[in-house]
Amino acid sequence: MPDARGQIRRLPGLRLWLSGGWLLLLVLAAIFAPMISPHDPLEQDLFAARLPPFWEQGADPAYLLGTDSLGRDLLSRMLYGARLALTVALVAGTLTCLVGATLGLIAGYYRGWADLVISRLVDIWMAFPPVLFAILLIAVLGTGLTSIIIAIVVIDWTRFSRVVRAEAMSQGAMDYVASAQVAGRSRLGIALAEILPNVLPTIVALLTLEMGIAVIVEAILSFVNLSISTDQPTWGGMIAEGRTSIYQAWWVLVFPLFALFLTVLSFSQLGEGLKDYFDPVLR
Amino acid sequence: MSYLAIKDLTVRLKNGVPLLRKVSLEVEAGEVRALVGESGAGKSMIGKAVLGILPRAARLTGGKILLDGEDLLTLPPKARRERIGAKAALIPQDPLTALNPSRRIGPQIIDRLVDILGWKRPKAEARALELLDEVHIQDPGRVMKSYPHELSGGMRQRILIASAFAAEPKLIIADEPTTALDVTVQKQILKLIREMQERHQTALLFVTHDLGVVSKVSQTLTVLYAGKVIEDTNVRAFFEAPAHAYSQALLAATPKYTDPDGSLMPVPESIITAVEQEVAAFDAQLNG
Amino acid sequence: MPFVRALLTRFATTLVTLLGAAIIVFVVIRIVPGNPIAMMLPPGATEADIDRLKTLYGLDKSIPEQFWIWLVNVLQGDFGTSITSRQPVFDLVTGRLPATLELSLMALVIAIALGGTAALTATLYRGTKVEGGIDVAGGVALSLPDFLWGLALILVLGVVWPIFHISGRVSPSLGFDFQSNFYLLEALVRLRFDVVLDLLGHMLLPAIALAIPLAAIILQLLKQSLKECMHDDYITLARTKGYSETSIITRDALPNAILPTLTLIGVQFTFLIGGTVIIERLFSYEGLGNMAIDAVINRDLPLIQGIVLVFALLFTLVNLLVDMTYAALNPRLRHA
Repeated sequence: MPDARGQIRRLPGLRLWLSGGWLLLLVLAAIFAPMISPHDPLEQDLFAARLPPFWEQGADPAYLLGTDSLGRDLLSRMLYGARLALTVALVAGTLTCLVGATLGLIAGYYRGWADLVISRLVDIWMAFPPVLFAILLIAVLGTGLTSIIIAIVVIDWTRFSRVVRAEAMSQGAMDYVASAQVAGRSRLGIALAEILPNVLPTIVALLTLEMGIAVIVEAILSFVNLSISTDQPTWGGMIAEGRTSIYQAWWVLVFPLFALFLTVLSFSQLGEGLKDYFDPVLR
Repeated sequence: MSYLAIKDLTVRLKNGVPLLRKVSLEVEAGEVRALVGESGAGKSMIGKAVLGILPRAARLTGGKILLDGEDLLTLPPKARRERIGAKAALIPQDPLTALNPSRRIGPQIIDRLVDILGWKRPKAEARALELLDEVHIQDPGRVMKSYPHELSGGMRQRILIASAFAAEPKLIIADEPTTALDVTVQKQILKLIREMQERHQTALLFVTHDLGVVSKVSQTLTVLYAGKVIEDTNVRAFFEAPAHAYSQALLAATPKYTDPDGSLMPVPESIITAVEQEVAAFDAQLNG
Repeated sequence: MPFVRALLTRFATTLVTLLGAAIIVFVVIRIVPGNPIAMMLPPGATEADIDRLKTLYGLDKSIPEQFWIWLVNVLQGDFGTSITSRQPVFDLVTGRLPATLELSLMALVIAIALGGTAALTATLYRGTKVEGGIDVAGGVALSLPDFLWGLALILVLGVVWPIFHISGRVSPSLGFDFQSNFYLLEALVRLRFDVVLDLLGHMLLPAIALAIPLAAIILQLLKQSLKECMHDDYITLARTKGYSETSIITRDALPNAILPTLTLIGVQFTFLIGGTVIIERLFSYEGLGNMAIDAVINRDLPLIQGIVLVFALLFTLVNLLVDMTYAALNPRLRHA
């Protein structure tokens, strides 16, 4: 049909390229941060405090994106912040996926008491406000990268297990599983060889979404000052700092916020795109 | 002066494939005209074009539709909608899906009276009770308060008939109104439509694929093939001696009520080929 | 009586969930490093002082013992005493709960209005560029969480165009003496529209931030159901009656399309309430969530325990309500 819908269908390609491009840029920034950062991200210079970005009046070209209230270079902090954001995204996202998908597969395919226990746990988890839960966990575990990753896995595994359980249940009812059983395959063999491949596209799409969520959770924890040690630059920490000085130096908030926007949007668009790509009906 | 006059009506799919090919037909005031053809012949499409409910994929590309002497296609959309709402009505095919499941029966009968024609609600409600009585529904007060799912298919078709006559339209288009019903209910509904038509003296365009029904309801008929008018005649003449070879074959393919188990002749291949050629020639003339 | 049985089962699982949530929080916060008692006392306090306070708050007993005492007290309406403010937890929580409820409900209303309007508009202009634009906007709205929307709103509507307040719940300079904690409701009832305006000025940005993702979800599901309904025969019949496309969508299609969306709104509303925790922090809005974060930072165990229980109660209550609404609405439409 030569109408607007056709144009929207053509968009996913563009969306995938844009989001992939941004994420690639982030990866490069994270890897090469020490080399390309114009300043030490922790170096304070109170004489250069709250310098605006380069296009504003009174900017210092040495500080391309300006400085915060302690005179730290924003660009360098952004680049180093990308390191933490990406680490959390990859590690926490993957671990959450592994834990959640495994539990979901067990619940959905093996059913019985395992399903009962896991489903009840999911119900209990759903009764907590996730942010409060994360903050509570950080209070228990102490701040630091490992704590953040553990906290994300603990609060968000249900996202995977709910979906995977439902998928595994519907797949488990299909004829091909019955015929595999007749053929004498073991239950574990069927779960891994027959069920898992069919659930995989959903898992992959969820995984990319989860990476975006992990970045947000880290930012939120940094924002309430519970992430990692305060002297390490994080986007969330920069946002918290920017929030307090918003009337004096808007740029401190704008740049990390912009980076977060693009990163989270990219992860979710990538997830949507992968979902469409893997969906045999749409493909 | 005929109440509905369609002149050279052409409807095409968006990709240009014609659905109706320069169809012309007239329905006199108070007359019953049957519109006959196999499925896909475009007979329902004519009714839809008149009522302004063509599917999104179809487009009206030529012709005139005169309702009560007024060309509907030249009217602005709002005026056209309201003219159709006041002067014409549809008896739909499937009574099970044509009533809104989440609304009570009463409002569905009178909504157009109140919203489009500006009647006062009590007057409209009195009218609805009267109409339900006319279509032989027991306890109309209770039915008015019911939801569609609480009523049988036959009941719902009666309600849809009552609703069609609500605004005293002078044209009713019945789109295969008995096809979705049980055989026993079919006869009652057919009788009811005829009875209502006579009482209210409305013109009726009766769309059907069933020639057996035609002689029971209508005075005149139009035969359609592939969106083209094949024959336009009166019922008596048609059943005595159809003019067109395709009509003859169609008649032969129809089971007789007198002999329902009698052998059925499918429309022969040779006649199909002939009528296809005729349509193709017509298309060539149309485009050339 | 299958309905009554289903309801009882539902009720039982709700209780199990609540109890489970309470146990988990209870255990988790008691392995928190950092001694809350030590934080309360001035430097130089003796071991004996600490022990005395520990006994006072029951922290010297074993965890199962503490839980049992806590549970018995809660069932009697005693939620303990806050360690930092030394006020009853119950008073603190009920003092803040209205603020969070007002914010959540305001966000819900905005989400429904926004998402509903967008869905209806997209249906009216289906197949055109308008629908395409709404779809893209919805996709972006859905991809980003309330936290980021809140920050963006602060920047745009709080700083660049300072139309709204970006922190607090009410301007202290107003000097209005509230008798209850339902500020908005009270101001409305007392017809003090200057106060209402000030409250809205504080509440709207956080509420919109919470509402945007939910609005996008409502948009997507409602639009899909509406478009499916638009193919139905009763819609075609309504067209022949002379109704406009707009009134057909709102009058005939909407009532039939809305049920799945209603269920979804119920489930998503709990996520929205969960979002208030960080949004209240972001906008320095004096609600339950903001207090919860402070309680965690201060290791105020009884207060954390109380707040989490209230949230869990709120969530399960909303879910229960949704299930009951659905059961009540469904039979009529199930036959259709």
